[in-house]
Amino acid sequence: MLNRYPAWKNLLVLLTVALGILYSVPNLYPDDEALQVTHESRELVQPDLDNITTALEAAQLQTLASELNDSGILLRFDTVEEQLRGKTAIEEALTDDFIVALNLAPTTPGWMQAIGAGKMNLGLDLQGGVHFLMEVDIEAAVTGRMEDNLSNVRSILRELRIRTRGLNMIDYSHIEVRFASANDRSRARSELIDNFPELQFQNREAGDVFILDLRMTDDTQLQIQRDTLQANRTTLLNRVDALGVAEPTVQQQGADRIVVELPGVQDPAQAIRILQRIATLEFHLEAALGAPRSSYETYDYVAPEGVFPVNVDNDVILQGDRISNVRPSLDQNGLPQVQISLDAQGGNQINRVTRDNVGRMMDILLIETRSRTNLVIDENGQEVEEVEFYEDRRLISHARINSALGRQFVITGLTQREAMDLSLLISSGSLAAPMTIVEQSVIGPTMGRENLEQGIRGVQIAAILVVIFMLLYYRLFGLAANVALIMNIVLIFAVLSSVLPATLTLPGIVGIVLTVGMAVDANVLIFTRIKEELRNGLPPQQAIDAGYNRAFTTILDANLTTFLVAVVLFTIGTGPVKGFSVTLMIGIITSMFTAIIGTRALVNLIYGGRRDLRSLSIGILPIKPAGGES
Amino acid sequence: MAAPQFKVDFMGYRKPAAFMSIVIVLISLSSLALSGLQFGLDFTSGTSVRLNFAESAQLDEVGAQLEEAGYDDAVVVNFGSDRDIRVLLPLDPNAEVATEAEQAALTGEAIAAYLQERSDTEITLQGSDYVSAKVGEELAEQGGLGMLVALGIIMVYIAVRFQFKFSVGAVTALAHDLIITLGIFSLTGMEFNLNTLAALLAIIGYSLNDTIVVSDRIRENFRMLRKTEPVDTVNISLNQTLGRTLITSFTTLLVLFSILLIGGESTQGFAIALIIGVIVGTYSSIYVASNVIILMNVTREDLLIPVKEGAEADGIP
Repeated sequence: MLNRYPAWKNLLVLLTVALGILYSVPNLYPDDEALQVTHESRELVQPDLDNITTALEAAQLQTLASELNDSGILLRFDTVEEQLRGKTAIEEALTDDFIVALNLAPTTPGWMQAIGAGKMNLGLDLQGGVHFLMEVDIEAAVTGRMEDNLSNVRSILRELRIRTRGLNMIDYSHIEVRFASANDRSRARSELIDNFPELQFQNREAGDVFILDLRMTDDTQLQIQRDTLQANRTTLLNRVDALGVAEPTVQQQGADRIVVELPGVQDPAQAIRILQRIATLEFHLEAALGAPRSSYETYDYVAPEGVFPVNVDNDVILQGDRISNVRPSLDQNGLPQVQISLDAQGGNQINRVTRDNVGRMMDILLIETRSRTNLVIDENGQEVEEVEFYEDRRLISHARINSALGRQFVITGLTQREAMDLSLLISSGSLAAPMTIVEQSVIGPTMGRENLEQGIRGVQIAAILVVIFMLLYYRLFGLAANVALIMNIVLIFAVLSSVLPATLTLPGIVGIVLTVGMAVDANVLIFTRIKEELRNGLPPQQAIDAGYNRAFTTILDANLTTFLVAVVLFTIGTGPVKGFSVTLMIGIITSMFTAIIGTRALVNLIYGGRRDLRSLSIGILPIKPAGGES
Repeated sequence: MAAPQFKVDFMGYRKPAAFMSIVIVLISLSSLALSGLQFGLDFTSGTSVRLNFAESAQLDEVGAQLEEAGYDDAVVVNFGSDRDIRVLLPLDPNAEVATEAEQAALTGEAIAAYLQERSDTEITLQGSDYVSAKVGEELAEQGGLGMLVALGIIMVYIAVRFQFKFSVGAVTALAHDLIITLGIFSLTGMEFNLNTLAALLAIIGYSLNDTIVVSDRIRENFRMLRKTEPVDTVNISLNQTLGRTLITSFTTLLVLFSILLIGGESTQGFAIALIIGVIVGTYSSIYVASNVIILMNVTREDLLIPVKEGAEADGIP
């Protein structure tokens, strides 16, 4: 018999190999150390680049390249040391509202990036970077919603002319309303119960006071928790983008935590400053003429015609977290406007207020909590940096109420640019609840790089030793196995870099090592089987065929079981466990391909066409067992 | 084909082997129960000290000085600029301080003072905090849960592909390997960190792979060798797979030893864990799984595929 692969199978092997090489090659291009300069509120222009160049020249620093692009200014340096010195120099030269972030810039050629061939993402343990664990203050979100409810209950009762003896927040999810009579209470209850589906109502008496307890249902609290976390995650993602980090991770963890990982970033203070910029929105009415001075605050409103003061009433008519969607659009006449959608309760709320106030002005305030670093003298007389938080309140919209508003309304009278800016401000401003950082760790670049280099060297030497052993033990077949082994590593890299952009961590490397071991194992199984068949007296061509066929079920069983384990680990685990299982899964698939189909193609190429084949270069055959067929 | 054909009578030693396995597993379990594991910074809480140097900080020097001062497990990294460093230390369980925060503050001051004495540049203590390891705990739970679920699924899969007795064998071998590896970590007091956890996961894969290969041969031989005693069939299968078992273990150990010796400090933990796992796993694939199968009285009938089996066996000369 002859061992030949059909043309399509050979072609498949060739194609896979070619694609594997193409998509793993970008990993050979080392990244440049880079600085990313951005500005908090405006786009950067050529004069900024000139300033930076001058500052770097003054510090006698050379950049490899500098470019001004959409996301800011990117400066490439030769060494980490130059990069760090460059950062200090630029920060001294520019004002505080510029952001200088340490980064890595890819050096792969443009055409490779165009076909989607990129570098593997390295995890924090290999590349260095910062890791934050942020806790979302869910209680604050619920409190905000309940405060909202409190003012609504008050205005509804006032409208219905039901007298109360006071409304109080007992705790963050509990309001009590006190009445003088049971009759008032039951009237209030029957009215309120329709308006507040998210509240539970309960009667209680204390002496001659009739109390109505309003509590937020557990379901609603859970819903708020989910929504809040989701909203915060989205907002964080937007802000992380502002940092210009290559491959950020913003991941939910548990019920109230978010993990943010910024590989390559070495400056946690700055990352924190941007991530924690807490912003919320409030809708207010403009204060009526002649209103008492204590009932409003004055803001500057920046209009196209100029800046003028606006008196904004202190009562909040709507909180920003009621907004479900914001987008700029055009009205029937093609004029720019901003479309705002609210949730059901938000719609009711704004309707109640606006129907009585048509013709008055409605104001939207953007409240940002920012931090600034001050130098203060401590008790030891030393200058230390102190972070101070302050609220920045801005009036971002001042528009007339033309009719009673509902769940959906528009703000008109804006220019195209204003409409865009306003909707961006509103959507990025709706960070639903404040966050605190519970854990923060920085992994230095030196440590990361050392880890990576040593890890890679370990794997390299290991691979070389295995290759030598296989060659000595299995001769020509060992060579085929070695080619397959190398192809396997190339394929794993290609898949990890391009197809499945997973992040490679140290446990991930362990996964690769294990699959390298298993790939060799598959070939060992096949070759020992071929040897056995040869010893049993089968001619070489049949022995090859029988060896591959017999070993196949074993390899399939072993690999499938391990694959199942990897799937389980991937589903259940996070972080390192996931990283390990991803590389293991990829490795099992690629190693089955290279170790079975790949080596078979090579063996067929070498031996398959020879009818007169008498012996194989596969090493020493096993000795016949003593009790054999004597 | 009826005559027994094997060189090594593995199953002849199956009773002493079982006894040895049971003793080692019991020792491991009692060590785990009594002294537990030495968890690394990934799983425990620690202190983070931030220092500012007036001039560029030399990380190696700082690391060496801290080691002299007795802070063996300190991790020193750059933090933001070349003049800021961060030192990570495990908490000292013997410290006589009321709170972790207090201990963090004291450690910070002590380190700053110690380094200042040995340095010409001015060093400022920027702050020292207590960092909790909530994440690590969750991860350990997940890892543990993951292993249990994985064990369950493996049992079902092997029961379907082979037979229930084989799945008991494979899972026993797996538990045997994991318990002994953890036991050695507990007995020697080696640090258990995230990398060690990854290694344990890898041991699951390796041990299973080994066991399945052997079970596969046993299944094949049970179907082929009609008149052989089960113990002999197992012995023949073990002998036939012995070459492969040794070669694969050898190449894997080759990989692991080069990682242990060259791969640097951060990969040592998992290399050691895997080396233990591979050695124990090789042993268990020969003795533990097969022993369990024989104990459960495996028979030819357990593995018969009524129609196909006859044809298959007759096809072999």
